[in-house]
Amino acid sequence: MKELRLMKGNEAVAEGAIRAGADGYFGYPITPQSEVMEYLMAEQPEKRTGMVVLQAESEVAAINMVYGAASTGKKVMTSSSSPGMSLMQEGISYLAGAELPCLLLNVARGGPGLGTIQPSQADYFQSVKGGGHGDYNLIVLAPSSVQEMFDFAFLGFDLAFKYRNPVLMLSDGLIGQMMEKVELCEQLPRTTHFDRSWTLTGKPDGQERNIVTSLDLDASMQEIHNLHLQEKYRQCKEAEVRYELFDTEDADYLFVAYGSSARICQKAIKIGRSEGIKIGLLRPITLWPFPAKPLAELASRMKGILSVEQSAGQMVEDVRLSVGSGVHIEHYGRMGGMIPTPEQVLENLKKLLIAK
Amino acid sequence: MTEEIIIAGFGGQGVLSMGKILAYSAIMQNQEVSWFPSYGPEMRGGTANVTVILSDERISSPILHVYDTAILLNQQSLDKFEDSVKPGGVLLYDKNGLIRMPERTDIHIYRVDAADASAKMESTKAFNMIVMGGYLKIKPIVQIENVYKGLEKSIPARYSHLLELNKKAIAIGQEIVTKER
Repeated sequence: MKELRLMKGNEAVAEGAIRAGADGYFGYPITPQSEVMEYLMAEQPEKRTGMVVLQAESEVAAINMVYGAASTGKKVMTSSSSPGMSLMQEGISYLAGAELPCLLLNVARGGPGLGTIQPSQADYFQSVKGGGHGDYNLIVLAPSSVQEMFDFAFLGFDLAFKYRNPVLMLSDGLIGQMMEKVELCEQLPRTTHFDRSWTLTGKPDGQERNIVTSLDLDASMQEIHNLHLQEKYRQCKEAEVRYELFDTEDADYLFVAYGSSARICQKAIKIGRSEGIKIGLLRPITLWPFPAKPLAELASRMKGILSVEQSAGQMVEDVRLSVGSGVHIEHYGRMGGMIPTPEQVLENLKKLLIAK
Repeated sequence: MTEEIIIAGFGGQGVLSMGKILAYSAIMQNQEVSWFPSYGPEMRGGTANVTVILSDERISSPILHVYDTAILLNQQSLDKFEDSVKPGGVLLYDKNGLIRMPERTDIHIYRVDAADASAKMESTKAFNMIVMGGYLKIKPIVQIENVYKGLEKSIPARYSHLLELNKKAIAIGQEIVTKER
């Protein structure tokens, strides 16, 4: 029988990590993601699967614990919210440079600075364009339901190990705090599989010692490493684009929105269609790699595209890059923790695209 | 069927847990649900609200600004959300502590004196389930057995002795709710 539960997004991702067979979680509390660690502490997964849960003394410590544990080939994760993610950026760049698999979660809130504790999507640039220094990419997943918060823990770890790269789940306070019905799957065994070709688990006989580092003082060697990373990202772009379409078959106008904004847009589509405005939605599930090709294909038969994001307009830049000129593209969003209503989204589609 | 509800009142009145029990009840009868609480500074300042959506279909936006039903349990909540009820919708309130009563004439207004009733029961903790009883009398969208199941899921095992009290509170709520217009 399938197991159904009513859970918060933050609880679902924590349960997902346990069931995906995670070995460890290191974190530091911050609203609106504190329930992740709270749930893990209450669940005591060390008794269920042997998974370690540790509250670090800071976000900087937490991300470096992830670095250390990931170096040994363990399945580990951390989570935080916007200001805490900023603190982790140095460590994230190091993880990407050293090609360490791990799962990161940002339950984003309003910024900049300490900002507010309400939902926001203004960390898009930080998530998909770097955040830390150097030429690197994270694989970025954008859950838009509590079910996906659970499911993406599995997908996230899979992708992280497939590409030996950090995977970031970019969520927000709305998806983290809301409760929905979640269908849970079976517990995966916590099988620590040491890939001896790169992990630090003691030097095997007859093999050179492994070194995990992001440092190479020889620029020519560092460039070779960079070229290898870029080739990996290229392969990832080819294979891992994920997105979902709603009502696009007969649409004249298109929303592009992820996470909580995608939910709000679906309601706006319903209201719009009842008034005779044919709107569809493309929901990027992977923000990196961005679904540029499917978006460009759809765009050619649209009268206009509205990128909806709780920000001043970050993803809209990728929408424009994907589509090019020829289609009218606008952005709509609230900021600082304010959430637009479906009616406001629809009103802005009319104002920005139809009236012009 | 889709029912979009806002429940608002003071922190401690059981607003969030009432929403949770309602959501659980709907899951028991195979419906889709969403529950989104106020978790911002307004909660820390003493008022709380939760948006609950129950539906036979996949739920789109968990955030709304108009509702089929508003359950408003203090003056601030009444002032803030009275205008957010859809025309023809339902407003359920408790008159306790109010200095301004609901004024709209294009919606159905019901009153449940849950604060008085819970005082009579000598259990202010029963307050939210009395309100729940009132709501279920107006809109029996979830079956009462499923509400009991939802209660069992929501009440921690160490408080299981309170189950009967809560069932009684629901019955009282169903009895005392009155239609004003």
